[in-house]
Amino acid sequence: MTIPKDTLLSLYRTMVRIRRCEEQLARSYAAGTITGACHTYVGEEAVATGVCAHLRDDDAVFSTHRGHGHALAKGVPPRELVAELFGRATGCSGGRGGSMHLFSPEVGMMGTSGIVGPCILQATGAGYSFQLKETDQVGVAFFGDGAVSNGAFHEGLNMATIWDLPVLFVCENNMYATEVAFKDSARNTDVAGRAAGYGLHAEAVDGNDVVAVYEAASAAVARARQGGGPSLIECRTYRTRPHAEGMRDGGYRSQQEIDSWKARDPITAFSRRVVDDGAVTAADLQTIDDAIVAEITEAVAFATDSPWPDPATVADHIYGGVAS
Amino acid sequence: MSEREISYTEAAREALTAAMERDPTIFVLGEGIGERGGNFNTTLGLYERFGPRRLRDTPICERGFVGLCTGAAMTGTRPVVDFMFIDFILDSVGELTNQIAKIQYMSGGRLKMPVLLRGCVGIGGGAATHHSGSYYPLFLNVPGFRVVVPTTPYDAKGLMSTALRSDDPVLFLEHKSLLNVRGPVPEEEYQIPFGQAQVCRQGTTVTVVAIGPLVPKSLAACDTLAAEGISVEVIDPRTLAPLDLDTILTSVRKTGRLLVADESFGPCGVGAEIAAQVMAQGFDDLAAPVRRLNGVHTPTPYSPPLEAAVVPSMDQVAAAVRDLAAE
Repeated sequence: MTIPKDTLLSLYRTMVRIRRCEEQLARSYAAGTITGACHTYVGEEAVATGVCAHLRDDDAVFSTHRGHGHALAKGVPPRELVAELFGRATGCSGGRGGSMHLFSPEVGMMGTSGIVGPCILQATGAGYSFQLKETDQVGVAFFGDGAVSNGAFHEGLNMATIWDLPVLFVCENNMYATEVAFKDSARNTDVAGRAAGYGLHAEAVDGNDVVAVYEAASAAVARARQGGGPSLIECRTYRTRPHAEGMRDGGYRSQQEIDSWKARDPITAFSRRVVDDGAVTAADLQTIDDAIVAEITEAVAFATDSPWPDPATVADHIYGGVAS
Repeated sequence: MSEREISYTEAAREALTAAMERDPTIFVLGEGIGERGGNFNTTLGLYERFGPRRLRDTPICERGFVGLCTGAAMTGTRPVVDFMFIDFILDSVGELTNQIAKIQYMSGGRLKMPVLLRGCVGIGGGAATHHSGSYYPLFLNVPGFRVVVPTTPYDAKGLMSTALRSDDPVLFLEHKSLLNVRGPVPEEEYQIPFGQAQVCRQGTTVTVVAIGPLVPKSLAACDTLAAEGISVEVIDPRTLAPLDLDTILTSVRKTGRLLVADESFGPCGVGAEIAAQVMAQGFDDLAAPVRRLNGVHTPTPYSPPLEAAVVPSMDQVAAAVRDLAAE
């Protein structure tokens, strides 16, 4: 597959946007501006970027506690993400959610979740809606290896497969469920192989290679849109920061292991490859770098200047009511 | 022309059928609700009319298909989950409580959650402890749910029709002992608003707020009590969330005495909540402490005499009313 220059630059822009935004959120957490949980996506940017490049605003993404990258890749502006983590009224969930509850249905970001597993079932349900309404939309679930031994994985994949639903399951296998190694929680750690056991299309790719993810997702999304049923892509990747900001990161993985994955950084690898190929120039990438720095600076200023939510609204929107 | 009489199940099914004709985004999921028409005939004949995508037999994975319905409701369709026995809902409590109930709030009202969750509740027929539960107090404790407990065929149709227009998740709970009860039901569609209690019988001595099968039991006790000089007012709340407290307070203002009769468990239950609210807002109207009559706080046993011993009877309702009237 030959990827056009504009697309290559777009993939780079999204990955850098996620990286710079996450680094800013980590700094804001350390400074005390973010009071709750903050799970960063640093090291895994290629996955959300490569998948969401194929999605439209009316495709529905369901995500996890580590969902900042999915939100940004799906089109949530950084200012709305930063404002949400700052707890402001202008955040994408109006300050009700924070890091783990990001909602922006306008761009098809149907929620991140503090519970492992439901996103798999909800994406399956979106696929059910789209099939019933006979549209070509797709439901997408992002989840980690920690969800693979949860019942939701088995129940969701099974239902999506028996009913040929237009769903893409994206497993971000970063080898650890919080701090429990995947190899200690499953005898069979071949996620794609396990998925294939349910009868759906499944493959494993290098999750730190945005081009590999992009190509696999291209086929899977096209298959779903054309009525070909669900697919699973296992993206083997790694988070290079702690499970959540402020958490002790020792005792379950070695510095040597972390360093080995930092040496495979998805943004560095992609930059080198596309410049060496002559597909883009270093100056093209620098232009994007500069624009992203300005974008994140603006996002922080926007969030800082935004109002707090009005406590009088604390019980709004619990119920929607009955249509007349 | 005499008014047509149909059963409770037929009445609810009429409302579902009409709603499915009107709204092509409604689909039903459950075990045996397709060609078979439902263990309790909840979907009898609908498969032939609407086909397999809208009458979807599922694997036995309650958590899975409740989670599926969550995502479906977020993306423009209106799922109906037919649990058969409501006991099976417990496998999906995480999806219900952490997801379905919270998504409208967390999305700032930008997403709606039109999911209808229906199933048979209650004790009877030797169904034993995994097929006899009610559990609705669990859901009354969670913000976000509507909880509907119809007693008559007329209410079953009208409340089902409202539930299928609701943007909120609705638990529609049908007591097994009421399913074959027949009563007058109009042929046309109509809706009964949530939060509107029914005063089933007027009286002046004691107010009985009765839930589900305790409504007919309470009404059956009224004539005997009347002969003893005790005039009972019977109120059926019809929906527990929202709860029509005003109708209850108005009645207590008249009678000064309140009994809440409910087959489900007492601790932290419907009666406890109604008692607390009446004491907070109607304390000066009370001539006696609020009383509760509940099923015995135990798993449901199988053997007929044991099973009968855990369910509040008409005689127990009458005895509780007499005690209250004597205070």
